[in-house]
Amino acid sequence: MTGIGILQLVIYMAVLILLARPLGTYIANVYEGKSAVNRFFGPMERMIYRVFGTREDIEMNWKTYALAFMVFNVLGLLVVFALQRAQTSLPLNQGIQFLTTTMTPDSAFNTATSFATNTNWQGYGGEMTMTYLTQMLGLTVQNFVSAACGMAVLVALIRSLARRTAQTIGNFWVDITRSTLYILLPLSILLALILVSQGVVQTFNTYTTAQIVDPTGIVTEQTIAVGPAASQIAIKQLGTNGGGFFNANSAHPFENPTPLTNFVQSLSILLIPAALCYTFGKMVGDTRQGWAVLAAMTVIFVALLAGVCLAEQAGNPAIERLGIDQTASALQSGGNMEGKEVRNGIVYSALWAAATTAASNGSVNSMHDSYTPLGGLVPMLLMQFGEVIYGGVGSGLYGMLIFAIIAVFIAGLMVGRTPEYLGKKIEAYEMKMASLVILIPPVVVLVGTAAAIVSAGGLATIWNTTPAAHGFSEVLYAFSSAGNNNGSAFAGLGANTPFYNTALGFAMFFARYWLAIPTLAIAGSLVGKKIVPTSEGTLPTHTTLFIAMLIGVVIIIGALAFFPALALGPIVEHFATIGG
Amino acid sequence: MTTPSRIEWRQVLVPSAVSLIFFTVITGLLYPALITGIAQMVFPHQANGSLLIGEQGTVVGSDLIGQQFSDPAYFWGRLSATSPTPYNAAASSGSNYGPLNPVLIGPEGIIQGRITALHAADAAAGVDTTQPIPVDLVTASASGLDPHISPAAAQYQVARIAVLRDVDTVTLQKLIDQYTEGRTLGVLGEPRVNVLGLNRALDEQFPRPSSPKP
Repeated sequence: MTGIGILQLVIYMAVLILLARPLGTYIANVYEGKSAVNRFFGPMERMIYRVFGTREDIEMNWKTYALAFMVFNVLGLLVVFALQRAQTSLPLNQGIQFLTTTMTPDSAFNTATSFATNTNWQGYGGEMTMTYLTQMLGLTVQNFVSAACGMAVLVALIRSLARRTAQTIGNFWVDITRSTLYILLPLSILLALILVSQGVVQTFNTYTTAQIVDPTGIVTEQTIAVGPAASQIAIKQLGTNGGGFFNANSAHPFENPTPLTNFVQSLSILLIPAALCYTFGKMVGDTRQGWAVLAAMTVIFVALLAGVCLAEQAGNPAIERLGIDQTASALQSGGNMEGKEVRNGIVYSALWAAATTAASNGSVNSMHDSYTPLGGLVPMLLMQFGEVIYGGVGSGLYGMLIFAIIAVFIAGLMVGRTPEYLGKKIEAYEMKMASLVILIPPVVVLVGTAAAIVSAGGLATIWNTTPAAHGFSEVLYAFSSAGNNNGSAFAGLGANTPFYNTALGFAMFFARYWLAIPTLAIAGSLVGKKIVPTSEGTLPTHTTLFIAMLIGVVIIIGALAFFPALALGPIVEHFATIGG
Repeated sequence: MTTPSRIEWRQVLVPSAVSLIFFTVITGLLYPALITGIAQMVFPHQANGSLLIGEQGTVVGSDLIGQQFSDPAYFWGRLSATSPTPYNAAASSGSNYGPLNPVLIGPEGIIQGRITALHAADAAAGVDTTQPIPVDLVTASASGLDPHISPAAAQYQVARIAVLRDVDTVTLQKLIDQYTEGRTLGVLGEPRVNVLGLNRALDEQFPRPSSPKP
C-alpha cells in the first residue's frame, strides 16, 4: 500500500466517525420530536397523520407495530411488481426501444422483493430493462421507505430499552414519516445536487446516439443511456439500498464520475448506520453505550478493509506471469485492475467493496467477481457476519444489538448471573427470539447454496466454471448477499433465470422479515420490564472488555458457520492462484 | 387506547394504503422532479450526460464515457466487456471473469490477445516492444465504459503514436499532461488521462500525414 492510499482511508474513517455525533444527535431529536424541524413542520406533520388515519400520540404494542410494518411492505411489494409488469404501457417510457431484456414475472417478483426488503439485488440491467417511471415510482420510493422501515424497527427496539414497564413501542407511521421526511429526504436532496454538479445524469431525455471519433473498428455509433439517475443514486447510498440506475452500478461513469463523487457516495453508505449508534446511546441516556457498539463495528471493519486493500493491491499472480506491470507508482495504481475503473484505482475500489458489504448496501464501483480470491472473500465474510458491521440503516444496529444481548447472555453464563442489558433482564423469551435472528441467515445462505449447486437450474448459469471453486464462490456469494439483504453480486453468475429469481427472492424475504419480527417481539417483551439498578454484579456494557467480547461473539456466532463453505470457495481458489 | 396485546387493525390497513400513496407522490414524483428541475437549470451540461459536440454540430460522445479505439494512431483505452460490441453505452458491464479463468489469463486468453495486439502495433510502427505493459491497458474496466487510462498506460503508447503521427515525444507528452487529471485536492482518487479528449486533440493538432480526414 502506498502512503497516499493509506491517507485516503484515514480521511474516510475520520470523516465518518466525526459525523456520527452531530448527525446522531439530530436523528435522536427527530425521533423524540424535539428538533427544530419537528417544531417548524409540526402542524404539517400532524395534518399528514390525520390523512393517514393516525395520530402522533397513538402508540402501538409490538404486534400492531409488526403488522403495520408487514402490511406496508407487502403492499409496496405488490405495487412494484405491478409497475414492472405494466411499464411498457405506462407513461415516461422513453427509450423503450432500447430495453432489450424482457420483464418476466419471476424477474418482477425478484426485483419487487429485493427493493421492498432493502436488499436491492438486481437480476436485471437497469438501462436495458426498466423504464424511467419504474425506476422512480417503484424503485426510488422503495429505496426511501424500506430504509425508513429499518430505522423504524430500530427506534422501536431502542425505545423498549429506554422505557420502563411500558406496553407500547411507538407509532410505526410516525417513525417512518420522520425517517423519510426529516432524515432521508433532506440528505438525499443535498447529495443528489452534489452528484449532478460532478456529472451524474438527471434528465427525462431519451438516450442519445453519438458518431464516434474512431469508426475504424466494428462500431461507428454509440448509444448513450441517460435518465433521472442522480435522484435515485443519492437515496440508494444513504438508505443502504444499492440498486443501480445502470447495470454497472456505481462503476458507471454516469453514476460515479469523479473521485469526489466516489468519496461522498462511499461516505453516504456508512453515514447513517454509524450515526445511529450515537442516536442509540443518546436515546437510552448513556452515549458510552453507543460508542461501544460503534467501536466494535469499527475494529472489525478496519481489519477487513486492510485485508481487501492488501489483497487487491498485491495483484493477480497469473497476470504477473504474463509480464504485465502491476506495481503501484506515481503513474498508475497497479494491482488487480480487472473489473476496476482507473479513476477509482485499487484503494477506492477496495474501500467501496468493504463499505458496501459491511453496510447492507450492495452497490459496487468495481466487479467483485474479478477480485483476487482473498480480496473477494472479505466482502463475502462481511455479509456473512449478518450485516451488523454498521449494517443497513436501522437493520444493522438492531442486528448488532441482538448480538449484544447474546454477548451479555454468554457473559452471564460464564459468571453465573442473570444477564441484563442496559438494566433489562435478558430471559428465556428474549434468547429464543435472538436465536431465531442469528440462526435464520446461515440457514437461508447455506441451504440455498447447497440446493443451487445440486440442481440443474442452479448450475446452468454459473459462467466461471474454471476453476470450479470460483463457480462455487459465485453461488455462495449470491445467497450470502440475498440471505443478508445486501444486494451485491459476483456478477458472473447469470441470476436472471427463473431458478435464481425465485430462490433468491425467497431468501431475501425470509432474511428481512424473519429477523425484523423477532426483533420487534424482543422489543415488545423488553419494554414491559423494569430497569434493574446498577450494582456490583452488573456487567458494564461500555468497556473495552465488553467491546472485545462483542467482537468475539460476532465472529464466532455470526461467521464461524460459514468457514467450511468459504474453504470450498475462495480459500481453495487462493491456493490454486499462488500455486500457479 | 391501546391494550397490551390486542392488534389494532384500524392503525394498520388504512394507514398502509394512504401512506404508500403519500410517499410515492413525495419521493417518487416530487423529489425526482425537484432534482431534475434544479439540475436542468443549474447544471444542464452535466445533467444531460456531459455531451461533446463536434464540428458539424453532431454529438460525438460524452466527456465521461469512453469509446473504442482500434486504430494504432490513437491512444487505446481500457478493454471493454460490454455486449454485443465494446463500449456499448446502452448496456454497461464488466467482464466478471474470475482471476483464474483461462478465458482471461490463458495462453489464448483476452489478456494475451491484448498483449499481442499492442506488440504488433508497436512492431508495425517500428518501436521498442520490450517495455512492460501497465496493467490497466490489458484489463477490462468495471463499467466497460471507463473513459480513462493511467498516465503510465498513456506513456507506454507515446513512442508508437509519435511515429504514426509524425510528432516528437516531448510535444506528445505535453499534450498528455494537458489531458491528465490529478487526484482531487491532491489526495482523493487516482491520476488519470481522458482518452477521448486526448485523441480528439491529436486529430486536431497532429492529423495523420498519410490519411486525410474524410
